[in-house]
Amino acid sequence: MTQTITPRTSTTRSSAHAPRVRWTDREGLLSRVFLLPTVVYIVGLVAVPFFLAIAYSFSDVTAGQPSYDFIGVRNYVRIFGDPVFWKSLQNTLVFTVISMLLIVVFGKVLANILVADFKGKWIVRLLVLLPWTTPVSLSAVAWLWLLDSIYSPIDYVLRNVGLIDSNLYYLGQPKLAMASVIAVHVWRLVPLAAVIIMAGLIAIPQEINEQAQVDGAGFWRRFFEITVPMCMPVIAVAGLFGAIFTATDMTVAYVLTRGGPNNATQVLSSWAFFKGIEGSDVAQGAAIALFLFPLLLAAAIAILRVVRKMEVF
Amino acid sequence: MALDLTAPGEVAQYRRRAARRHVVSRVSLYTMVVLAAVIGAGPFLWSSITMFKANSDLYNADNNPFIYNVTPTVAHVSTLLTDTAFPTFLWNTVWVGVVVVAITLALGLPAAYSLARLPGRWSAALGIVIFLVYLIPPTLLFLPMTRVISFLGLQDNTWSLVLVYPTFTLPVSVWLLMGFLRAIPKDLEEQAMVDGYSRLGAFLRAVVPLAVPGIVAVVVFAFTITASEFIYALAFISPTSEKVLSTGVPTELIRGDVFQWQSLQAATVLVAVPIALVFNFFLNKFISGFTMGAVKG
Repeated sequence: MTQTITPRTSTTRSSAHAPRVRWTDREGLLSRVFLLPTVVYIVGLVAVPFFLAIAYSFSDVTAGQPSYDFIGVRNYVRIFGDPVFWKSLQNTLVFTVISMLLIVVFGKVLANILVADFKGKWIVRLLVLLPWTTPVSLSAVAWLWLLDSIYSPIDYVLRNVGLIDSNLYYLGQPKLAMASVIAVHVWRLVPLAAVIIMAGLIAIPQEINEQAQVDGAGFWRRFFEITVPMCMPVIAVAGLFGAIFTATDMTVAYVLTRGGPNNATQVLSSWAFFKGIEGSDVAQGAAIALFLFPLLLAAAIAILRVVRKMEVF
Repeated sequence: MALDLTAPGEVAQYRRRAARRHVVSRVSLYTMVVLAAVIGAGPFLWSSITMFKANSDLYNADNNPFIYNVTPTVAHVSTLLTDTAFPTFLWNTVWVGVVVVAITLALGLPAAYSLARLPGRWSAALGIVIFLVYLIPPTLLFLPMTRVISFLGLQDNTWSLVLVYPTFTLPVSVWLLMGFLRAIPKDLEEQAMVDGYSRLGAFLRAVVPLAVPGIVAVVVFAFTITASEFIYALAFISPTSEKVLSTGVPTELIRGDVFQWQSLQAATVLVAVPIALVFNFFLNKFISGFTMGAVKG
């Protein structure tokens, strides 16, 4: 880098053929100037609120009483004594694990369908993308009507086929309500998983497969020694994204069941919302939401490990 | 294949068997395709049928729900458009989305260029950190954020969403843009700089125009996730006039305990279909963007 010092006023308007002394040419500086706004914004509105969340969890801040008083771990003691918290934590884990498995399986199936050759692909892709691109709260409204206690068309079909005598009340019975919430999560995230897996399938160099074929590797050998190992990382990434978006979402539970019946579908994020916003207890809500963090950290570390492995190829 | 050793009938048999196998695989593929489309779009198809139903048809549990037993009506759709706050929600979602996308590009494009091209010891690590920020969900941050918003006096104001939404659009956009920018050959900027442009000039005049398809894809993606956001909008804003679609439709279009089902479903369909249409148009770009972001530069 040249150390020539030219007066600042003249640098900005210097001729196009001047030696590289203008600030617009100093790459180190430019790099920092380009990054600064993003870094400042993220520090200000992600990092600061994150540490505020931790600080609030040790305080008695409420929406009506926002002054900060340190009260130690009392919020956590209260949370641990609350059976609804344990139910929410359990539901979050159960919903996440079951959804993740189903999302991976159906995501792979859907990805295979979408890379296949068939007529009308454009419209099929559109229909298949709907669950993912529609605002979650609106598709939850569509599901609310689909699972209506009286007018559900699913019940109508089941009644007429003779499988049931009376309606099932999907959102009114604990087990069925849990299944419904999981179904909506899987339904809305499978397209995302399929897109991620498709990206991975497309990125596999075709030559490797062809070379192996030339070298005499059969279909199964190629499947287990090339396709599966090369797809696994991207499938893992798709699953982890599915897990993160399921674990941290409160929209589906909020719109479909409001956590009910009797907290059967309450998850950490919805319980944090009910406590922190509707109950105005900001401190306790923040403490509940923080229990999402270890889950996220584990998922993030897993993603990074998988991505690092992918870069070996 | 030693054909002369095979009887003619046997050849025909092989050929039939191959043809049959082909037909079977095509039929099963199309079955899967139709099944996937029906499961994906099912709730929306049901919404589309519902939105035109007359009350006397809809609220009769014995009617076949899949057909119109009474003449269909557009009354509930026009109610939605004229007698509810739906147009307000739509307008709020659109302008918030546009402003957030503009902010995202203004901050994200230079940052992505810096991470993709310019030297810097920290840029590789910083790229990963920015990506990880995307994984920090609104559900973890919304409670302290409500305090920040009320401290800034933005409570019950749609501008609060403009301030906060880049927290999730920015990281994912930077990640995608990084991929698109890396795909542009370095020679182009070097040529531009040889021609007398500064680094900044080369970025603005040689790189940005070539990145336009990628930028448009990022615009669509960022707008979509902005329109989907629920928890901040629900936590920050309670007056009807300031609400956006994602919170307004499920909370305001239900009058007391009376669900205006046809209008609700019409709202869902009217929002879902245009977004999916535009998104579908750019799908291939997203797929390549996600992959390129992961490739080391």
